[in-house]
Amino acid sequence: MFIGAIGCEPLQLKRVGLENSRTLDVYRQHGGYEALKKVLDGMSPEDVIGEVKKSALRGRGGAGFPTGMKWSFVPKDSPKPKYVVCNADESEPGTFKDRFLMERDPHMLIEGMLIAAYALGSRTTYIYTRGEYRYLINILDAAIQEAREAGLVGDRIMGTEFSCEVFTHTGAGAYICGEETALLNSLEGLRGHPRMKPPFPAIAGLYGCPTVVNNVETLTAVPDIIKMGGEAYQKLGTQKSGGTKVWSVSGHVNRPGVYELPMGYEDMEKFIMEDCGGMLGGKQLKAVIPGGSSVYIMPATDIVGKKVKMDYEGLVVAGSMVGSGGFIVMDETVDVFESTKNLTEFYKHESCGWCTPCREGTDWLVKVFKRIAKGEGRPEDAQLLLDLCDNIEGKSFCPLGDAAAWPIQSAIKKFPEDFRRHLMPMATRTAEAVAAD
Amino acid sequence: MSQQFTPNNPLPQEAKVPVEMAVFSLDVEAEIDRHLAKYPVKRSAILPLMFIVQRERGGYLDPPGVAYLADRLDVRITDIWEVATFYSMINTEPVGTYHIQVCRTLSCKILGAGKITEQCSTRLGIKPGETTPDGKFSLSEVECLGSCGTAPMLQIGFDFHENLTAEKLDKILDTCERGEYVFTVKG
Repeated sequence: MFIGAIGCEPLQLKRVGLENSRTLDVYRQHGGYEALKKVLDGMSPEDVIGEVKKSALRGRGGAGFPTGMKWSFVPKDSPKPKYVVCNADESEPGTFKDRFLMERDPHMLIEGMLIAAYALGSRTTYIYTRGEYRYLINILDAAIQEAREAGLVGDRIMGTEFSCEVFTHTGAGAYICGEETALLNSLEGLRGHPRMKPPFPAIAGLYGCPTVVNNVETLTAVPDIIKMGGEAYQKLGTQKSGGTKVWSVSGHVNRPGVYELPMGYEDMEKFIMEDCGGMLGGKQLKAVIPGGSSVYIMPATDIVGKKVKMDYEGLVVAGSMVGSGGFIVMDETVDVFESTKNLTEFYKHESCGWCTPCREGTDWLVKVFKRIAKGEGRPEDAQLLLDLCDNIEGKSFCPLGDAAAWPIQSAIKKFPEDFRRHLMPMATRTAEAVAAD
Repeated sequence: MSQQFTPNNPLPQEAKVPVEMAVFSLDVEAEIDRHLAKYPVKRSAILPLMFIVQRERGGYLDPPGVAYLADRLDVRITDIWEVATFYSMINTEPVGTYHIQVCRTLSCKILGAGKITEQCSTRLGIKPGETTPDGKFSLSEVECLGSCGTAPMLQIGFDFHENLTAEKLDKILDTCERGEYVFTVKG
């Protein structure tokens, strides 16, 4: 598996290839904790937030909300304790970048959390890691211990007035806990149901206190933003999407892996065909899901020769989204009906059951998909699936419902043939179509 | 019609079944204390503690383990069950010594996850969701485990086994069958 940067100097991935990259020594030899020192040496919390705002850093978990703005929502005069929570519940199908950021460079995350905590006036921070990533919790715990012994975590960090704790916390296998309010419920020891917003976590989050929840990749970008300045970081990318983005590439390519690209990377086709080593076995590209399973699927015709720009704006123009950057490449052998069925089963399994449209809707969708897969498809089923999606999208309590509907809506729209083949009455199907099933 | 239990009509005393409470070693108690110390609210430690209890009680939350958790966290037994039943990694029933969890989601699926599950099924003689009669193996199909770039993959306990091939899988199952499998990630 490839891990590295293309089209830019590696920023988030600059230490991942080093021997013992996860140790404090190596981290410090390569610029580690310099940003924290700079912050504690004379930046005010407002200065830090200002730099993050200038950087045009957008949340890397999927929603892409501007990080500096999120931070500025935390009330400064609140007498309550404030919390910084790192969302390391990476569960979006196709996404595994946070895993390697934490595995190879855990101190980068700890430094990012400390800087965030300083900016927001927090003394306690938690890293909520998905339960399946237990080995990462062990790595993070070891790194936190190392940092504590070096006076970088705990009381009076670097001899200053700033004190802050970093704790790890484990999830236990629930995709929904990647949704920030569900994560906070889970961290409070409850079922991982999402909460009503508002109040947003910045006002009333963990234990009812002001809280910022940020993705791993968002927080690991912070030390570099402080070091180089927000403006310089923004210039690595585009005006509205600052910096670099780490993509997780999987599926039918010769070189899957974790790729760091500048925001606004010029051409998705070149990325697949050259940077990722081209299609596995020389087969034809059929489709790409560029931002984790929840985003719209893109047919090859929307990619090849289209110079799709890989950033928040570029992908919207091309008919999809950056999402979490889980880049799944599919070749001509994939039946998009089957791949969509697979993802729908995922959403049904992961629906938390809190609201009716999502709980019942995803279950019903799976029932329809299974019936069609058994060969009992009817021509009107495509419309039935779309109607079901329409009753989930925008009508569910949290974005999981939308995430379940979007893959289906886009798959039916972009690959009508793959569905039509399954939806013809058995008797009228050509021998070829039946064989292909 | 069954009786409705409400705050005004509580569960009758005789309906409460006394449950013996699990006892743990001093080391485990110290580990539990370290988790509790992280949070201003005890209940926050529920998931880390559940993992410890299930590790110490043969792989699942048995009634004495649940009673212990409720007591240690100052919550009701029902609160423990409420949380336990939500999370797929918390087992409320016994699972095999080697819990084979094959990722079934898209990236793994298009690179042959189905064949991996089939091979496990054939070799172990169980379907996903089942445990072998000797209690050695359980087989599950699970959702995305974040190893999409190294698909297909499976997890045994907390160990990742990636870039699987038929031969590689056979070797892993061989070591399990001989009882020589060593869990590399400590839970």
